Amino acid sequence: MSNSSSNSSSITEIVNKGLKKRYRSEFMFRLYGITSILFAAVFLIVFFSSIIDKGYSAFTQGELNISIYLDPEIIDPDNTRDEEEIRYANYDKLVFDSLKNFFPSVSSRKERKELKALVSNGTSLRIQSLVLDDMSLIGKTLDLSVKLDSDIDMFLKGNVDITLDESQRRISDNQVKWTNELKTKGLISQKFNSTLFSAGDSREPEQAGVLGALIGSFFMLLITFIVAFPLGVAAAIYLEEFAPKNKFTDFVEVNINNLAAVPSIIYGLLGLAVFINFFGMPRSAPLVGGLVLALMTFPVIIIASRAALQSVPPSITDAALGVGASKIQTVFDHVFPLALPGMLTGSIIGMARALGESAPLLMIGMVAFVVDIPSTPLDASAALPVQVYLWADAPERGFVERTSAAILVLLFFLLVMNSTAIWLRNKFEIKW
Amino acid sequence: MKNNELITLSDDFLTVGDTTTSNEKIMESQDCCVFYDEAQALRNINLEVGKKEVLSLIGPSGCGKSTFIRCLNRLNDTIDSAKVTGKITLEGQDIYNSDMDVVLLRARVGMVFQKPNPFPKSVYENVAYGPRIHGMCESKADMDEIVETSLLRAGLWDEVKDRLNTSGTALSGGQQQRLCIARAIAVRPDVILMDEPCSALDPIATDRIEDLISELKENYAIVIVTHSMSQASRVSQRAAYFHLGHLVETDSTEKIFGDPDHELTQNYIKGRIG
Repeated sequence: MSNSSSNSSSITEIVNKGLKKRYRSEFMFRLYGITSILFAAVFLIVFFSSIIDKGYSAFTQGELNISIYLDPEIIDPDNTRDEEEIRYANYDKLVFDSLKNFFPSVSSRKERKELKALVSNGTSLRIQSLVLDDMSLIGKTLDLSVKLDSDIDMFLKGNVDITLDESQRRISDNQVKWTNELKTKGLISQKFNSTLFSAGDSREPEQAGVLGALIGSFFMLLITFIVAFPLGVAAAIYLEEFAPKNKFTDFVEVNINNLAAVPSIIYGLLGLAVFINFFGMPRSAPLVGGLVLALMTFPVIIIASRAALQSVPPSITDAALGVGASKIQTVFDHVFPLALPGMLTGSIIGMARALGESAPLLMIGMVAFVVDIPSTPLDASAALPVQVYLWADAPERGFVERTSAAILVLLFFLLVMNSTAIWLRNKFEIKW
Repeated sequence: MKNNELITLSDDFLTVGDTTTSNEKIMESQDCCVFYDEAQALRNINLEVGKKEVLSLIGPSGCGKSTFIRCLNRLNDTIDSAKVTGKITLEGQDIYNSDMDVVLLRARVGMVFQKPNPFPKSVYENVAYGPRIHGMCESKADMDEIVETSLLRAGLWDEVKDRLNTSGTALSGGQQQRLCIARAIAVRPDVILMDEPCSALDPIATDRIEDLISELKENYAIVIVTHSMSQASRVSQRAAYFHLGHLVETDSTEKIFGDPDHELTQNYIKGRIG
């Protein structure tokens, strides 16, 4: 061809002319990408640092070293060692007496009340149980480290503005003075707040913990998994491998996708109507919560499992059918094991969403104030996200840091679940 | 140059050459048609497969060779839109009849695919899977023997006997394909279907598979789809040329590659089509 050389030079020119624009659009796209990632990262950092900043102080609790004389005159004046009598002894007075040893000048009714309020009102219960466990302690002096009242703890952590007028704050001038005195004597120390992980809810911040909510959430997720995973996987396998492809299965598929998008509170209402009102299951129970969350997670598991089944290469199915495996042998010997990691990953991510769900639980009564730690899924219980909601609502300053601490616990478990999902995927993934 | 792609074949097209085998026949297709929804992929295929012979199916891409081979073990059943009419028999029994169990059929008509597709399990498991699901052996020793004989016949035993527990997918491409052949012969089929078994392999691996095919024909009937005409002429005794869903010509391999009767076959083997 005669014009091939002129053609090629003009192609170089044409390409050169457009090159700059092409590179610029690539550069811009990368820039958008990096910007959006940075944007997300900044928000994540702000979010986490704010929660950690507010919440980390909840992991310690101010405690006071105190010597308590277990006065036989008060505990067991008639020396009967009768359990009933000892149970109802005036332990408050024992605590008060030992506090008074530090400040003998306290006399007025107001001052006595203020002094008593320095330590947690759970102190006398603790002494009571110590005495009931070991009656030989009566008459001896106990050296204890007792929790300070949450208001005092907040003052020590710098959360109380003492420049305000006394009537404007929850801690009096006397209490400020006494606390500072005890502190300079070295009797007050910040200790690890084990109560946060060993107690249920409480009206008193220093006695409140997330264990009840944690166990409630654990029971719920267990039930969710036991109910939703086998059903979801079975439904996915049937729809993907066995069901005929027709209008009806299309309809079912559309509905499953729609169910996955239904607001979670609707599932709560459904649970209330069906499980509690119709079947008469107990209110506030993790069993009902787990069933409701199972309903919610079910479509997510079906969708994830179907995607996992679809990603199994058809050559494996052909190979199995080719040696004469029946449909069910093909599915369960070859397709299912290959799809399992994907199914598990999808299910765990669906369950992680269920763990953080609070709206449906409000509908079935899991928002109740529950002090006891549930021992079976039928006991009334709280759940972690609802505990966060309840504490965020509480007026005491001590619950502010505990709210953040509960959020940290919740986030920790979400992180554990998502890491498990990744670990499972890597462990069971079969490469070829 | 005359454009042969434009030659259309009428529905009452008649196959030239001899569709019957000189050996004793094991499979036979009579007026086999395949439809994918409305589109017809195969038109009235009449063809016999003889015992102890290699029949090669050749033709340009999309001519229906693979569709036909997948009719022989009813693997087209997995495609919802596919519909097969006509009659295909295995030792006189209609395989599309409801009496014929598809599991049994596929045990008797094994298949090797274009892309090596070992199960992502151990070499041993790959071979043992078929015999196990069919309940072919009572004891572990029987199974060991089946695995060993199958791998020996597939010419793979020496290479894998020390690593029967490694994953089948860890083998090389040629070894994987021979493993797939071992897997197919482990269930002692009567017929082995091979759908372009060498198209994903290098020339050395291809050589080994071709040698293997020549050995296997002593015991099995083999139907092989191939795009390589030299391969067809090397391994097969009979060849069938497919064009746009029609079976154009069937005859002995020498005849097809030496002096075919039909113009289309001539053009194809001279490299003018496809």
